[in-house]
Amino acid sequence: MTDHSDHSHLSDTELRVRSLESLLVDKGMVDPAALDALIQTYEEKVGPQNGARVVARAWSDPKYKVWLLRDATAAIADMGYTGRQGEHMYVVENTPGTHNLVVCTLCSCYPWPVLGLPPTWYKSAPYRSRAVMDPRGVLAEFGTEVGEDVAIRVWDSTAELRYLVLPQQPDGTEGMGAEELAVLVTRNSMIGVEVVPAPMPEVSK
Amino acid sequence: MNGAHDLGGMHGLGPIEAEDNEPVFHHEWQRRVMALTLASGAMGKWNIDISRHARENQPPEQYLRNSYYQTWLVGLEKLLVEADLITAEELTSGQSLKPLPEDLAERVMHADQVTAILRRGDNFTVEDEDDAPAKFKIGDSVRVLNNHPAGHTRAPRYARGKCGIVERDHGVFVFADENAKGQGHRVGQHIYSVNFPARELWGPDASPKDCVLIDLWDGHLEAAD
Repeated sequence: MTDHSDHSHLSDTELRVRSLESLLVDKGMVDPAALDALIQTYEEKVGPQNGARVVARAWSDPKYKVWLLRDATAAIADMGYTGRQGEHMYVVENTPGTHNLVVCTLCSCYPWPVLGLPPTWYKSAPYRSRAVMDPRGVLAEFGTEVGEDVAIRVWDSTAELRYLVLPQQPDGTEGMGAEELAVLVTRNSMIGVEVVPAPMPEVSK
Repeated sequence: MNGAHDLGGMHGLGPIEAEDNEPVFHHEWQRRVMALTLASGAMGKWNIDISRHARENQPPEQYLRNSYYQTWLVGLEKLLVEADLITAEELTSGQSLKPLPEDLAERVMHADQVTAILRRGDNFTVEDEDDAPAKFKIGDSVRVLNNHPAGHTRAPRYARGKCGIVERDHGVFVFADENAKGQGHRVGQHIYSVNFPARELWGPDASPKDCVLIDLWDGHLEAAD
């Protein structure tokens, strides 16, 4: 907990939030137990592990991949991931000739059911300002090099469509099962700022 | 509105600071702001576009200075007062001066409903497509209207007046720019993913291979022929 019991250490923002919460609870407008349940959902249950399972299934099941690219909302719902900020999903596939990158220049739209709440950098002015204008520079800041011959497609999430990148499956992982593959898939690869690295060679046991 | 939230194409905002193994929240107050915002939404007094406008409608220097959840807090306080769910006096004092009306008490989100409510989400599509025929089809050349409304719009400034190609028709959705004006402004329009070559947006220094795809409604577009 970063919360301080000593009020003299509370910032103006912390005091404002405490005051607002106590007002809304006193008024009967919010149920404190519901607040805890909301927080627990996004802190413990919903996160990029969901999206990783979707990607891993698409890599290991060609029929599922076809479905995912044609009707992402239904294919993702089939995994049990639905609802708030993921009502209308669209999956974009990286290929040897195409690299996709997702941003929301106007606010912070992000596919919550499959990736959870967005990381701070995704919501920040530096990323939102430059992803559309200088995607190659942005990718370089993440250590990701995309060749001049590869087309970069930047998706600015200006409406209620939510985008998930289907990264390229790394070499040497053919034949791996979906569970094993899911461990390899990173959040950043599903936003499009990174690629999924090939797994480390197995250390001798 | 031409606010500081409309960030696409700005310079000078510094490097991207990605934190390894970043926690979902850094501070307890951020957890509370997220949860209070979602729980207050259950009152049904605003929609997503009204709430987006409440957040972006800040003086630019304030918007850029505020952290993400500070902006959520600003937005929530504004929404609660404007919807008459709390008074300005109550907000200042933190003291409840009148109870919640009975009809609203029935809407309060309870813990055992949270999972179902989140999994259900919202519905932004409009069923009756006959009322909203598509103005464009896949492959059409379109131009983003050079409008600068003072209210909410989802057409980013960097694309206004620029030409692109309709790449996908997503169907009929609630038009955000109208929806932000208040409850009862649900107008259905087609949304398209419009493909703008990077050079159309940013000039000859941009890569000839790259493009930006923007989701735009019929109300944002005109034919470009």
